[in-house]
Amino acid sequence: MRDAKLDTLEMPPQPSALRLIATLGGIAVMSGLLVVSTYQLTKLRIAENRRVALERAVFGVLPGAVSRESYRVDDSGVVQTEDNANLFAGYDESGQLIGYALEGAARGYQDVVRILYGYDPAAEKIIGMTVLQSTETPGLGDKIIRDARFHENFRALDVSRPVEVVKEGEKTEPWQIDGISGATVSSKAVGQAIQSGAPHREQLRKHLRLDPTDPSERGAAP
Amino acid sequence: MSQPEAITLQTFTQGLWKENPVFVMMLGLCPVLAVTNTAMNSLAMGVATTFVLVCSGFLVSLLRHVIPKQVRIASYIIIIATFVTMADYLIQAISLEVYQALGAFIQLIVVNCIILGRAEAYASKNGPLKAVINGAGMGIGFTFALLCLGVVREVLGSGSLFGVQVMPDAFQPWSIFVLPPGAFFVLAFWLMLFAWFAERKRKGAQTA
Repeated sequence: MRDAKLDTLEMPPQPSALRLIATLGGIAVMSGLLVVSTYQLTKLRIAENRRVALERAVFGVLPGAVSRESYRVDDSGVVQTEDNANLFAGYDESGQLIGYALEGAARGYQDVVRILYGYDPAAEKIIGMTVLQSTETPGLGDKIIRDARFHENFRALDVSRPVEVVKEGEKTEPWQIDGISGATVSSKAVGQAIQSGAPHREQLRKHLRLDPTDPSERGAAP
Repeated sequence: MSQPEAITLQTFTQGLWKENPVFVMMLGLCPVLAVTNTAMNSLAMGVATTFVLVCSGFLVSLLRHVIPKQVRIASYIIIIATFVTMADYLIQAISLEVYQALGAFIQLIVVNCIILGRAEAYASKNGPLKAVINGAGMGIGFTFALLCLGVVREVLGSGSLFGVQVMPDAFQPWSIFVLPPGAFFVLAFWLMLFAWFAERKRKGAQTA
C-alpha cells in the first residue's frame, strides 16, 4: 500500500516533451522582451551617467580643463574616436590644450587598480591622478584614492624616465613617488600603472611630433 | 504555510521578524557579509533584492498552473535572472557609484537562495497578491537585516552614516568593521541578540 502511494506521488502523469519545451520557450521569450525593454529604457540614461563619470574623471586629472576630445591609442598609433577611447585631450575655456588623460592599470593588493592620469606630453610630466576602480583594503590600501599627501606626487611627476615608488618621506627626485606606509603594495600598483603606460605615451609623443601644426592648438590632431 | 488561506497581516510580517531570512533562516548570507560595509550599499542591495523577490514572486505565482513540475526550477531561474538583469540596468541608470560599489553582487542576486526559496516554497503555491505581499515582507526583512549590519559597520568602521560623518573627529575608525572579518563579528552580535529575544519569549510563554 505504502509503496503504491509513493509511486503515485513520485510519478505524476508525464507531460509531453513538447509541452516542456513550449513552456521554457514561452518564458524565455517573455524574459527576453522584459530585458530588452528595460535595456532600451535605461540605455540613454546609462550612457549619460558614464559620460558624466568619465568627464568628471578626465577634468579631475587635467586641472582647468572644461572640454575634451577622445582618441584611441594603441601600438599602431593614435586615432580620434568616441568608441573604446582610452586617451582624452583636455582643453581650457580659451581652447588651449592642457594635457592628455590616459588610463593605466596594475595589480594591487586585492585586485586590479585602474587609474586615470593627466599627462603633459611637452614637459613629459604627470599633472594629476585619480583612481577609477579599486578594491584595496579599506583604511589601508584605499588611501591611494584620497590621501592628499600621496596625490601631491602627481602634480608634476617626471615620466621621462621610469618612475620609482619609494618609502614614505623618502622622495628626493622628481620621478619618484612618495609611497604610503601601510599601503605599500597599493602605492606601488599606482606607480606600475603609470609606468605601464609608457609605450602609449611614446606613441602619443610621436603622433604629436609628426603633426604638421602646433600640437598645443586645438584641432591640431586629425 | 502552503494551504490556500486568506491574506493576513502574518503573510506580510512573516519575513520581517518570525522568519526573517537572515536572522532566523540564515539565508543569503553571502551578500549579507559582502556588501554591508556601508549603510548605502546595504540599502541598495536590500532594495534590489526586494524588487527581484516581489516581481519574480508575482510572475511565478501567475504562471504556477502553467509551468509543469519537471521544468519548474529552470523556469524560476529564468524568471529570477530576468528581473535581476532588469535591476542591474536600473541601478546603472540610477547611480553608477552604487553600481560600482555593489560590483558582482547585483548579478549574484540570481543565486540568492531566499529568492528561489520563496519561488519554490511560497509563490508556486499561492495566489499572485499573496506572493507579492509575502515577497515584499521577506524583502523588507532582508533589507532590515542588511541595514542592521551596514549601519553598525559604517559607524564603527568609517565613523559615518550614509556617507555623513556622525562620529567626532577624534574618533579613530575601527577599520576591521569595514573589512570582511568585521561582517562576521557584527552578524554574530545580531544573531546573539535575536537568539536572546527568542529565548526570552519562549521562557515567557512557558511561565505564562
